[in-house]
Amino acid sequence: MTTPQSTSAPPSSPRVGLFVTCLVDAMRPSVGFAALKLLRDAGCRVEVPEAQTCCGQPAFNSGDTADTAVLARRFIETFEGYDYVVGPSGSCVGMTRAHYPEALADDPAWAERARRLGERTYELMSFLVDVMHFTPGDVKLDASFTYHDSCSGLRELGVFAQPRTLLDKVSGLTLKPLEGNDVCCGFGGTFCVKYSSISNAVVTEKTAAIERSGAQLLLGGDLGCLMNMSGKLKRQGSKVRAFHAAEILAGMGKGPAIGEED
Amino acid sequence: MQEAPVSFKLRADRALADPTLKIAIDRTTGTAERKRTVAMTQFPQFEAARERGKRIKDHVIANLDHYLLEFERNAIASGAKVHWASTAEEASQIVVALCKQANAKRVTRVKSMLGEEIGLPHALDEAGIERVETDLAEHIVQLGGDRPSHIVWPSMHRTREQVSEMFKRAHRVPHQEETIEAMVASARRELRDKFLSADVSISGANFLIADTGATCTVTNEGNAELTTTPPRVHIVTAGIEKLVPSTEHAFLMLRLLVRSATGADVTQYTTFHCGPKQAGDRDGPEEFHIVLVDNGRTRMLADPALKEMLRCLRCGACMNHCVVFRQLGGHVYGGTYPGPMGAVLTPVFDGLEQSRDLAHACTMNGKCQEVCPVAIPIPTLLRGWRDRSWREGLEPAAARFGLGIHTFVASRPRLYRLGTAIAIKVMRLFSRGGLVRGMPGLGAWTKYREFPAPAKRSFMAMYKDSEGKR
Repeated sequence: MTTPQSTSAPPSSPRVGLFVTCLVDAMRPSVGFAALKLLRDAGCRVEVPEAQTCCGQPAFNSGDTADTAVLARRFIETFEGYDYVVGPSGSCVGMTRAHYPEALADDPAWAERARRLGERTYELMSFLVDVMHFTPGDVKLDASFTYHDSCSGLRELGVFAQPRTLLDKVSGLTLKPLEGNDVCCGFGGTFCVKYSSISNAVVTEKTAAIERSGAQLLLGGDLGCLMNMSGKLKRQGSKVRAFHAAEILAGMGKGPAIGEED
Repeated sequence: MQEAPVSFKLRADRALADPTLKIAIDRTTGTAERKRTVAMTQFPQFEAARERGKRIKDHVIANLDHYLLEFERNAIASGAKVHWASTAEEASQIVVALCKQANAKRVTRVKSMLGEEIGLPHALDEAGIERVETDLAEHIVQLGGDRPSHIVWPSMHRTREQVSEMFKRAHRVPHQEETIEAMVASARRELRDKFLSADVSISGANFLIADTGATCTVTNEGNAELTTTPPRVHIVTAGIEKLVPSTEHAFLMLRLLVRSATGADVTQYTTFHCGPKQAGDRDGPEEFHIVLVDNGRTRMLADPALKEMLRCLRCGACMNHCVVFRQLGGHVYGGTYPGPMGAVLTPVFDGLEQSRDLAHACTMNGKCQEVCPVAIPIPTLLRGWRDRSWREGLEPAAARFGLGIHTFVASRPRLYRLGTAIAIKVMRLFSRGGLVRGMPGLGAWTKYREFPAPAKRSFMAMYKDSEGKR
């Protein structure tokens, strides 16, 4: 399920529902404010529906389809009225776009509503580039960065070029390629605590690759993966600092990185 | 199947604590991954071939009854004897009975994962028939008295240094020099006369060709040819999903299989067996038997959550690219087939209760599906097992309780905001220097990595304030 680069003109001031996602809401609100700023800069009318909670991914990945369906219906009702739904996470957006129709398969009417909403639901970077043809304004940050492509965004939504296109516009920022950039970091949602020793072995290989890149910053588009990798880097005493790509694009790169005191 | 002695998690932790195993895994899977990547750059039609391969397999699976009967008819016409086995036990009993009928003292075997699946090595040993594994890696597995840890490289779990020691202990005239060539020569000296003196040979099949009744086997060592030619009796065991309509279809599947497995364009040997020795043939077996094995496959066929797994070519690409397999190796999975494809198959053979960890010990990163030459949606199939495990009540009570509460709270936005605010407060109580430390309930995370302190207030709380001021 890839998003082809759109050739049509961007919609004029579309009404966008910001899908904040649980982790951003509770752990790192700056990512939400960065998304808000970028979407507004891109000319969107952004609203944050108050009724939104969790997309149901933990239930879905645990095999609990009934609870997933409850939360999926809620999500659809909450966001259906917007022109677009945009979230700063490939994993959460992948859940609503790729998996809601599966979770609601027993209920064709709802599955159809899920599919229709899915067509208008986007991961932030891909929405900014593919739909809004957005170029970030005057952002400067003198730093080198490496980029981890989180699996759901990459394989379920085709997010790969878009964050690079956007980050390329930040003056002073240079990309240092990450060996195995498309290899899972070992987060996997509840996997990282259910099978913590296996997850640790996987993330240890990932942080070694991050260190080898020689970059000062680790960027990505999914807070869960970033918390996993930066948590390991911190434990290892690494100097690499981790941010969500949206924060850098919104000019928040001077603020505290993930796991630094606010 | 051999009983798994300890829990999956304990087996995993033991594997993680074995640095030699990790070296062995990285050598094999790392090489396989690199070679496949190169092979793919030289195979631009891969996507198209993969789509065709998928369609061929789906077509055969949808018309399995037709192709099985066509295959049987043509195999019989070629002089083969066809046997049908619905279970693993039945299949291995048929093979053992055929060996006894032939008064076999010694049988040579060509590596076959189906043979492992039906417990054939064990059944032959039980029956007191000398079993000679002729594949070099299977020979190493036999010497070590263990089981294959990879479906293409069964002795992946051994380093060459370990193999050298094993050969020195077991071979009659072991190698002197520590080179791969000398070690291979040692195995050849050990095995060669056994090849020639066996009464029965047993092999598997990569494909069963419906319109000719032939079986097709790929190897790189040539042991399949040498094994199956001299003995009087040749027995092929194959799963019923191995069918393809014609030789032409087999060739397309071979392109997908070999590149995905080893990164080579073709295997060193691609052999078609069609019936026993015919009048005028210089060599070949006098009897040629084909044992067609169901062992759960028709149940998979009837199950929408498993049916697509019947496309599997057993190339091993999914495990070579799996971050979990590359940490654990194959034995931890506890079944015949390891890695992502094994995690789908093992519950079919061993029951879900025994193997429920396999579907969960996966990050759902989707790499296996990306590299699968017949596009099997492995993550979706694993999620199918998670669903079933949930429905059948096999999941821990704590998880059921936790998710129940979560759904209750997440269905009530105001309660959810309150819960978030409390969670933030608690986490900040345990925070120092930007990190949460020593908080009960976070141990599985913080044992290995730091957990960042949350911001003072949630996004939703701050947004409400800031929008008021806008």
